[in-house]
Amino acid sequence: MTVAQYSLCLSGIVRREALRWLNQRGRFVSALVRPLVWLAIFAAGFHFVLGVSIIPPYETYIPYEVYIAPGLLAMIQLFNGMQSSLSMVYDREMGSMKTLMISPFPRWFLLISKLLAGVAVSIVQAYIFLAIAWFWEIVPPPSGYLLVLPALILSGLMLGALGLVLSSFIRQLENFAGVMNFVIFPMFFTSSALYPLWRVEEASPVIYWISEINPFTHATELIRFALYDRFNALSAAVVVAYLVVFVGLAVWGYDPGRGLMARRAGAE
Amino acid sequence: MAPESAVAAVPPEAGFDRRADHGPPALLVRGLSHAFGARQVLRDVSLTVGRGDFTVLLGLNGAGKTTLFALITRLYHSRAGKIEVFGANIQSAPEAALKRMGVVFQQSTLDLDLTVEQNLFYHAALHGMRRGAARQRIGEELARIGLIERRRDRVRLLSGGQRRRVELARALLHDPSLLLLDEPTVGLDMASRQFLLDHVRQLCRARGIGVLWATHLIDEAVGDARIIVLHQGEKRAEGPLDEILAMTGMRDLKAAFDLLIGGAPKGAAEGDAP
Repeated sequence: MTVAQYSLCLSGIVRREALRWLNQRGRFVSALVRPLVWLAIFAAGFHFVLGVSIIPPYETYIPYEVYIAPGLLAMIQLFNGMQSSLSMVYDREMGSMKTLMISPFPRWFLLISKLLAGVAVSIVQAYIFLAIAWFWEIVPPPSGYLLVLPALILSGLMLGALGLVLSSFIRQLENFAGVMNFVIFPMFFTSSALYPLWRVEEASPVIYWISEINPFTHATELIRFALYDRFNALSAAVVVAYLVVFVGLAVWGYDPGRGLMARRAGAE
Repeated sequence: MAPESAVAAVPPEAGFDRRADHGPPALLVRGLSHAFGARQVLRDVSLTVGRGDFTVLLGLNGAGKTTLFALITRLYHSRAGKIEVFGANIQSAPEAALKRMGVVFQQSTLDLDLTVEQNLFYHAALHGMRRGAARQRIGEELARIGLIERRRDRVRLLSGGQRRRVELARALLHDPSLLLLDEPTVGLDMASRQFLLDHVRQLCRARGIGVLWATHLIDEAVGDARIIVLHQGEKRAEGPLDEILAMTGMRDLKAAFDLLIGGAPKGAAEGDAP
């Protein structure tokens, strides 16, 4: 296979993901409504309850809406990653996963293409959210809109790769509710998305340390800093490290000889 | 739209007859065994599909046909035995093996929310085909199966028989030399079954494509087809119909099949599932 054929394959997978996203209007709307509900209702409710002191990357006191916006961007990517995982499980149950798996391209390439396709879709959603958030006076510096792009790509890849790993574990679509309860909500609530970690540390050192190693915390901080023209090296390094681990696990999970797919086949 | 039973003629492929190209067979399986945990599903299976051969893999439900297909297509990894497609080992050279293979799985693998054309473009991309070339091939294959005017319809709107035809067109899009079909006629009416069978047999003759057609329906093993009987994960017989009849001493395939799988001969062959 030539480089041109690899790029044709990648663009075909991205196009298919985009078509599915556009065809499934409910998925499109709910992906946008979810963070907007948090912004409009949750942030409004806590506006006067939670004060946010000056913490990097902010240089002044900020309203609570401004604080949670980066976390909501990461939330879009988290849900999108899990949605991709759900779509992989659905494809496997419906059989359409086989179409992908019998392609002559290497399996690692197919999985990474699938991952990139999911990230492309999540980035479009993130920018639509940022455009709507502008009406809530969440207005980062103009350069922040550009600088946040690599942060969104990196965090989207990491969360999407986590979704791929989970999809290789999940046997049936019905088990996906467990992902909501045991992955999405714990990751979201034990992170810096809703409250700064110094506040968490005051309340519970254990939860603070859980939050510190939570990949979602670092995805949120990477986005937060990038949105305000700053680079958070620690968060970038942690997100890259988790990305490598999750991609490795996903490739292993989908390996026909060694991974979870091969083991699960026996149970089917 | 073409009537269900109509089969458009399959023109011979210009300048290349795969049967004339002497070399390794389209599919070679040797000593293949597979188990899911303690449950042995395939035991020491060997079979060959020659270039341009129409080979019927006949077996009851649970005989191991689908597992065999999953191993040949590398969905599962075989732990014992060897699988080669035109001499390319599926484990050590999967790219060379998979790109010469077209597959129609037992369960439909079309994306119901996409149109016929979108499904086919997706498959073309997964084989690295350029968009222009893919468009031309899609037009040719859809015209051949009589669904060209349904190309912009969502797959969800098609009947079961039409979906099967689209899957066949998809499997042929990248011009494979080996076609695998796992129970392709399950759930189809008689006209749709006949259409598929006739179409694939024409492909075999006109293009020299090697075909492995898995089924539990005895009446699909007709004419000059080579027959492989698989039962409880073991190959019980392989060869043309007359050889199998001679080997078993039976008058028809139904009786021979019953004998080979350990049941009592029941007389004349029938179209029903054995």
